[in-house]
Amino acid sequence: MTLTEKEVRYVADLANLRLSENEVHRLSTDLGQILTHIEQLNELDTSDVQPMAQVLFEGDETASMREDVPHTSLSNYDALANAPAGGAGYYKVPRVIER
Amino acid sequence: MSLNNIASLTIPAIRDGLTKKEFSAVEVAHAAIGFAEKENPSTNAYLTFSPERALSQARRVDESIAKNEYVGVLAGVPVAIKDVIVTEGIRTTCGSRILENYIPPYDATTVIRLESEGALIIGKTNCDEFAMGSSNENSAYGPVRNPKALDRVPGGSSGGSAAVVAQGTAVVALGSDTGGSIRQPASFCGVVGVTPTYGRVSRYGLVAYASSLDHVGPFARTVADAATVLGVIAGRDDQDSTSAFAPVNDYHAAMKRPISGLKLGLPKEYFEGLGAETGDVVHSAVEQLEKLGCDVREVSLPHTKYALSCYYIIATAEASSNLARYDGVRYSARVDGDTLIDMYRNSRGAGFGTEVKRRIMLGTYVLSAGYYDAYYLKAQRVRNLIARDFTNAFQDVDALITPVSPFPAFKIGEKVDDPLAMYLSDVYTLTGDLAGVPCMSVPCGASPDGLPIGLQIFTKHFDEETMFRIAWNYEQATTG
Repeated sequence: MTLTEKEVRYVADLANLRLSENEVHRLSTDLGQILTHIEQLNELDTSDVQPMAQVLFEGDETASMREDVPHTSLSNYDALANAPAGGAGYYKVPRVIER
Repeated sequence: MSLNNIASLTIPAIRDGLTKKEFSAVEVAHAAIGFAEKENPSTNAYLTFSPERALSQARRVDESIAKNEYVGVLAGVPVAIKDVIVTEGIRTTCGSRILENYIPPYDATTVIRLESEGALIIGKTNCDEFAMGSSNENSAYGPVRNPKALDRVPGGSSGGSAAVVAQGTAVVALGSDTGGSIRQPASFCGVVGVTPTYGRVSRYGLVAYASSLDHVGPFARTVADAATVLGVIAGRDDQDSTSAFAPVNDYHAAMKRPISGLKLGLPKEYFEGLGAETGDVVHSAVEQLEKLGCDVREVSLPHTKYALSCYYIIATAEASSNLARYDGVRYSARVDGDTLIDMYRNSRGAGFGTEVKRRIMLGTYVLSAGYYDAYYLKAQRVRNLIARDFTNAFQDVDALITPVSPFPAFKIGEKVDDPLAMYLSDVYTLTGDLAGVPCMSVPCGASPDGLPIGLQIFTKHFDEETMFRIAWNYEQATTG
């Protein structure tokens, strides 16, 4: 199993990651190696096995619904405090709509 | 009792000293932070100290003592928190450049519960970036050195939390475990590390890595202290819909019952190919458990060898989704770009380290169009088989006993260029997270080179009592 550098660049675009040429080269090797190892799962016939998305327990004990009770949430100021760019109660980002 | 032995304090020793007025909580806080700041350069285990928060809490504890009020089971106990668990007003980096200046506006539920029982939060510990790693070498703030052998790794990803407890610069610590990140560093540093049942401890305020696998749990120098901390942080939290309602029982009462007659399984897959360095120590620990009256038999968990592949699909897929939020908009680090997409890509490209990028890429790939069924769905089916292995084994035995890692702490730099070799250090721990069963590492000896080795104990869902019972009885029989 190998991953071409073109495939690595395609996946990096999906993941919104800027990669250097060195990183693309390295990831092509590393991901190929890991995916080759992962191919061992095909040894197993899982056609009758349900996918397990989460650890679940039987009975009511983990019924996870709670009362819908209003409570105070973070203030606008606190929520924006870690923003690298903000103002007037909003996050600032590069322009996305041309005038 | 005095504070001269700050590095070997335990929870009962602090309670005793406070009760007898041999020292105050403020004195403990000063001594603990002073000692930790002095020793930290040798290990790099702490990233941030929080003296103001610890001292104001200590003053509250002392006031309560003066008024004869209830002070809590962790009154005056210096605690360190892995830097993937948020602390209001105290920088929380996740070991990443992308959160270098992130100051959380709220506390994790576990932090609130520790402080409500009087604990002193003295600092935040170094870890692999976003808890992704097995050696603590993936931290943007430099590796942690193992206090038992400074040229070696402390394990990961909770390497800092294991190191501070081993070094004595905290009495107990919190870590997180997604594939072994509590048990493996506990084993490497010679301390107790507990990964409770999935859902046993709230994950509200734990920065998400792989949500279906993430656990919060304690590190301590004794089984009793680990049980005390778990008793405090365990239990339902409405802020985490996956947290369980199962009652939290008295672990201290349970652990002191004898273990004679307990049925223990040795899964053969965990011993095949295990080198003598670790194997000899684990086998003599098993003999000790037999001497204590346990009935030991071989069992089989036939899907063990698929755990690594299964884990690296599920964990990276979930990580690629969870880490999408670090986009240069809401959190601290941004690298500008001409367009919004450019800004996202530049910020993430500059902010994440090599291993985090590798896992985001793998996770994005396995979830991408055309591959979802072949990888992600397949891995979820295999996960079911791995979980069933445990269910089947627990029909015949009360607990499973295994090594924690195939080898003791390795040298810094030794495996850093070979991701697959690094991943193999978690080969015995991943299964516990995939099945969601409680498991822990308890120190059981040392290699011929003097490196600590841990014994791993697995029990049924929500049966932390039997796990602590085996660990405590073993510890009592083997230490002075």
